[in-house]
Parts: sequence; C-alpha cells; structure tokens
Amino acid sequence: MTQAQQPKARKITIEPITRLEGEAKIDIFLDDEGNVDNAYFQVVELRGFERFCQGRPAEEMPRITTRICGVCPAAHHMASSKAVDAVFGVDPPEPAKKLRELFYCAHMVYDHIAHFFALAGPDFIVGPDADPAKRNILGLVEKVGQEAGGEVFKHWGYSRKILEMIGGKATHPVCGLPGGMSKPITEEERKEIEDMAKSCVEFSKFSLKLLDDVVLKNKDYMDLITGDIYYHETYYMGMVDQNNKVNFYEGDIKVVDQKGKEYAKFKPKDYLNYIEEHVEPWSYLKFPYLKGVGWKGLVDGKDSGIYRVNCLARLNVADGMATPLAQEAYEKMYDVLGGKPSHATLAFNWARVVEIMYASERLLELAMDEDITSQNIRAIPQGIVGEGVGCIEAPRGTLFHHYWTDEEGIIKKVNLIVATTQNNGPMCMSIKKAAQSLIKNWKVDQGLLNMVEMAFRAYDPCLACATHTLPGQMPLEVIIRDAKGNEVRRLSRHLYPKPLGIRVDVVP
Amino acid sequence: MDKKIKLAIGLGSTCAGCDIAILDLKEKILDLASLAEIVFWPTAMDFKLSDLERIGKNEIDISLYHGTVRTSEHEHIAHLLRERSKVMIAFGSCSCFGGIPGLCNLTSREEIFETAYKETPSTVNPEFITPQTETTQDGHHLTLPELYNDGKALPQIVDVDYYLPGCPPAVELIERLLPIITKFLETGELPPKGTVIASDKTLCDECPLTKENKMISKIFRPHEIIPDPKRCLLEQGILCMGPATRGGCGARCINALMPCRGCMGPTAEVKDQGAKMISAIASILGVENEKDLSEDEVEKLLNQIKDPVGTFYRFTLPVALINRRIKEGG
Repeated sequence: MTQAQQPKARKITIEPITRLEGEAKIDIFLDDEGNVDNAYFQVVELRGFERFCQGRPAEEMPRITTRICGVCPAAHHMASSKAVDAVFGVDPPEPAKKLRELFYCAHMVYDHIAHFFALAGPDFIVGPDADPAKRNILGLVEKVGQEAGGEVFKHWGYSRKILEMIGGKATHPVCGLPGGMSKPITEEERKEIEDMAKSCVEFSKFSLKLLDDVVLKNKDYMDLITGDIYYHETYYMGMVDQNNKVNFYEGDIKVVDQKGKEYAKFKPKDYLNYIEEHVEPWSYLKFPYLKGVGWKGLVDGKDSGIYRVNCLARLNVADGMATPLAQEAYEKMYDVLGGKPSHATLAFNWARVVEIMYASERLLELAMDEDITSQNIRAIPQGIVGEGVGCIEAPRGTLFHHYWTDEEGIIKKVNLIVATTQNNGPMCMSIKKAAQSLIKNWKVDQGLLNMVEMAFRAYDPCLACATHTLPGQMPLEVIIRDAKGNEVRRLSRHLYPKPLGIRVDVVP
Repeated sequence: MDKKIKLAIGLGSTCAGCDIAILDLKEKILDLASLAEIVFWPTAMDFKLSDLERIGKNEIDISLYHGTVRTSEHEHIAHLLRERSKVMIAFGSCSCFGGIPGLCNLTSREEIFETAYKETPSTVNPEFITPQTETTQDGHHLTLPELYNDGKALPQIVDVDYYLPGCPPAVELIERLLPIITKFLETGELPPKGTVIASDKTLCDECPLTKENKMISKIFRPHEIIPDPKRCLLEQGILCMGPATRGGCGARCINALMPCRGCMGPTAEVKDQGAKMISAIASILGVENEKDLSEDEVEKLLNQIKDPVGTFYRFTLPVALINRRIKEGG
C-alpha cells in the first residue's frame, strides 16, 4: 500500500499492559497536517494500597506491600522493612543489615538480567535494524550462541535461588521484619551463595564484553544512543553512600541538575521537603516533581521540576561505583558518552549492565563477609516511635515507604513514592518526542513501533513486565482503519509465541 | 506432540507475580510451549480487544486468569475469556479469593481517591482533581476504565472450572498443569469440575516444625519474639494461619521462619477461612474450655489479636461470608 492510500488517522492508541501500577495505554493525537499534536501515557488502574493498609499492624507491611509488584517485590519488602525499623525505633544488628543487602543484591542481579537480556538486550545485541522476528530472546540466543544463552538462564536461576534461600519465596519474600531478618543462613548456604556470586561476577564480565563487541562497535546504534530523539535534559535522583558512590540499600539521596551539579542532598526521611506529586485527570498515576523547582508541566530543562530515577540517574548523581570492576565499566561508559551527566535515555540500558557488575561484586563481598552467617540478626523493638521512612534503590529507581502508626503500631497513614511513578513524567515526554520525530504528514510506519517501544523500554517501567520475560521484544501491532472503521493495513511484529503486550490502533 | 491446546492467560488487578511464577518453570516452559499454543497473554485490556473478540465460542481450550477483578476492563476480559474457553482456571490467590488487592473492600473508591489524590502528604492537589473515566485535554478526548468500589474474586464474576491458589502459586503446583494438559490432549479427559490444584490437607499437615499440642496464654507479634526454629510457631504464640489454610505451597514462609498468612485459602471442608482460624485460635488459647476464665479475661486474651480481619482474611476477604465494610450511617 502506498502512502497516498493511507487514511488520515487522527488518534493512535497504543494499549500495553502493565503490572506495577496496573495497566497503561498511550494515546497519540495528530493535528490537521498529520503531525503529532500531543501524546498521553495513561495508567489505567489504581489499587489503593495507601488506603487499605490503614488498620494493618506495621510489622505486616513488609509482607503486604510486596504485592505492589511481583517483579520487584524484594524492593518493596526491603523499603518496608526499613520503614518499620524506624516505626518501632529499632536498629537491626550489623549482620542483619548485611544479610538484607546481600539478599537485595541478588534481587538486583535477577531483575537487571531479566531486563537487559530478555527485553532491552535484543535491541542492543541482535541490533536495532535486525529482522523484527529475530529481535527477541530466541534471536539473542541464536546470536550469542546456545552456550552463552544458557549462561543467561543459569544466572537468572542463581539469583532466584538466593532470593528463595533467604526470603522463603523468591516472589513475595517474607524474611524482613522490624529489627532484622527472620532466619540466619548456614555456612553451607553461605558457601553456595559465594560460588554463585563468583559465577555472577564472571557473567557480568561476559555481559560487559558483549555490550562492547556488539553494541558499542555498531555505529547505527551509537548514533541512536547519542542522538536527539532520546535526549532529555532533566534532574536526576539516586542514593549514594558516604563516599558518594552508588548504593542500593543505604545512604543519602542526591539530586543533580542538568549540568551534573549537586542540586540537593538529603536524608531519605526528609524526602517530603524535596518531592511533591501532581495529579492529572487523565491518568491514575501521579506525577512527582522537585518541590523546590515546581511543577511546570511535562517539559524538561532547569525550570521544570521533572527528574529521572533508575540506573542511569543513579550513576549520574554518584561519583563512581564502590567495587573495582564496576568502577572500570562506569568510567568507560562516561568516556564514550562524553562526560556526566548523560541525558541519553537509551544509556539507561548501558548503566544497567554496569550495575549488574556492581550488584554481583557486592554480592560476592557480602557472601565472604565473616558476619554473614551470624546468628545475631534480630533486635527486639523496645518501644515505638510511630512514624518511619524506609528508602532503598529499587531496580527502577528510588523507592520511599512512609508509615505513621498509633501507639500500638497499627498503621494510620501511608505514603508511597514508587520508582516507576517518578519516571511517569519523563516517560510521557520521551514517548511524545519519539512520536513527533517519527510521525510526519500522516505517515505511520513500522519505525514508529521501534521508536516508541525503545523510548519507554529504556526506563524499564514495570508496565513492561510481561515483556520483561519470555518474548525478547515488546510486541506491537498497528491497525490502520479507514473512515468506515474497516481495517486497511496492519503492521505487526510477530514473535514467539504471538503478538502480545501492545497493540496500536489507528482510528480515523 | 503435533497437536496443541490453545491456551490464554488473562488478568485483572495483578502485580505480575503470577507471570513470573509461570516463568519460574524455567526449562519446563519449553514443555508447556510444546503442549500449548498461547493465543493470548496479557494484551490490551480495553474494549478494543478485537483479537480476542474474533476468537469463537469455546475455541480456546484453557484460560488462566490471574488478578482481582477491580475495574470495568478486568470484568470485560473475564467474560470474554469465559465465553471463548472450554476450561477456565482461577490462577493465583487474587483470582481464586480476591487476594491482597481485595482488602480494598475494607474501604471504598471514594476513600481510596481521597487518600491517593488528596491526603498523602506529598500530593499537591488543592482543587482535588481526580482521574476521570472521560476527560478532554487541549481538545483531545481521553478515557480511563472505571475503578469499581469492590474487589472481586473471579468466581464471583464468571463460572470457574479449576483453582490454582498461591501468592504466587508454587512452581511445583504449576507443573501439575502439564500432565493435566497432556491427558486432555490424548484422551479429552479433564479432572472433576471444582478441583483445586493443591493439597487437600492443611498447611499444618506438611509443616516441618514440631507440634507438641501446647496451649498458649499470650500472643506475640512476629517482631516481639525470636522463635525456636524447630517448634510450631503458633504454639510459641505467633499467629500462624496454618490450621485454616490449604497446603501444597511447600511451606516456604515457614522455611524462612515466618508464620503463614493464608495465601492458599481454606481447605475444601471449610467455607470461611477466617472463621476457621478464629475457632483454631480459641482452642489453642483455651478460651472454649476454660470455664474458669471470666469474660474480662477472655476478652483480654482475644484483644491481643491485632487486626483480626486483615490477618484472618488477608487473601480471602472478597469471598468471606461478610466481605465488605459498610460505612456507618451511609
């Protein structure tokens, strides 16, 4: 079909399925010239955890809030455990903190492997220009070889095993409670974790080398990474340790501006002085922004309070990584990207691999720590404070749990600022920009699917959870209808097993 | 095997933990792929479910549905799948019993909106703008599905053939689907309607901890005591839903030395999981036998149980005999 025969579509609806925040869809509106007038990224569900957790005993919160997300339950479990430590005014013994961090590093390895290899990896490794039918996990295995593909599944399995060993269940773990962890690990388990962690470090080297060989040497891809379509100058937020190195479990929250200059550094418990949330009537998901800068709408730049979180944001705010091999990878990334901060949305995928290395190295350090098998992992709370903030870096960004209780520790009020929510505004902007770059004069082609898909996949939103997994790419389908609503053209990316996840409907 | 069944996986309000649970089949996923052609896995949850709508009545062999029914879209997809499927399986605790999102029945849509969009301290919304099912922005018409006041389990919406409980279902229970599918392919035979793919006994029957049939006089909250790792948690005074909960989960929470919270739901002979647990507690506290106890003393014992509704009905509130809070005076 030629372009002239295409109907004039006014509204393009992309309907993906989401998990963490429920589901979402994208509506793109065209103007009279057939160019993009506006695009809306809508989250279409609300579950109300902040309300129905009222009345629950605080110590149950780590076991209830895991159900916010079945992909990153360990992140909610840990943030919640830290919040209830604070509620009961109890400081867990050092070995408990180390065991939590070890557990959490295993979660980071699992989550980042799943995203990089199953979801974003095919873009990088199979290549952005490759046959769409090959751009999935199966195509990836074909490209890197069966043996290397097997390594991906093996290490995904290792990280799941560590989570289950400590957390009882890998999905919806139960080990964290006020004052520490429920059960110590044995020397036998420690040894097994150490062996798996060593293997994870080797696997991270392989991942970085793969990135180097296949991606960085691909000029087309580097042009995309550094090009304008995926570029937004925003603030960044992430957790750092006392040396300003990236930390997932404990530290201060640092915010840098568009030039990389420190805008703020604060204790997690003071987050309300820095973050506010805006509400729009067309989405169930709120829009966080920096309080001191203010809400100026869905725009980037210094005067807009929009900030980004997730791996690239963490690396942008930090001075480096706390482990040697990750530090090496960090330096290389910024060398190639031309310094800090990087505003290249696609570089989130690169930063993620740097973090797989850090999580693996830190996992190994902790597995070899002499405290890690200590029985001293519980402190019994002696009183109650009645309010507490728990904060960690979820795979997708800074996560805050804030609880208020009565004198018996029963929840009265809850405030949650979830990682993906903080990237809500930036995702809206990235999708709009990608759509504007691609849809011109009524022309909607296969490229749209690529571009829009890559724009929000880089953020690894939990809305992409389904495609986090088996199919290597976000499957898409565009249906263009004529004025009578008849289907005249269908563009789709078939993959194993069938198109799923997203459909684009062009309605005249 | 050349012949494959047609399998669909649909969802309601879900955390995606059930999807991850299916992927935890690891290499057995390939077995599943050799038995089943997946015709629908989380797709568009909107009224334009044209692909699914095009599928004829009973053309899907087996549908799995996970998540609580919470919005108009969730309900729509439940009906679509039911009409098109020979077999409908409620997959996971949310679908079987309402699950944790079903705790929304302790509040209301109005209150949830007030909290999320007004009262939460980081929210700045002086005009109390809330998401609307229809809205116009810069001349563009935008729609959102309607959030229901109640959360519901799948069997409250459509006829369900089988149940696979767990939050998420244990991988060894999901594996049990494979021989069921194989047998269906070879002989057309299916298990009896209403089968729960799990143990028929309680969690206590498979619990690795030792029970000494001791009575308790004090209830401890989990953070108040460091339990003996070998003894029954309930007999150490920690509320554990084991006596009222179906087994088959591998006692994973117990293995981490944390008490059961009941995600597998009740056993077949029990209709109301919470009521069963209350009677189990009464007996271990000695309340029903201790005629010597004054009413005050009985009350004192029972008052130690914080949040009985949120504990005993954590995963089953929507299917409980009393399944929602009614607003006073309203």
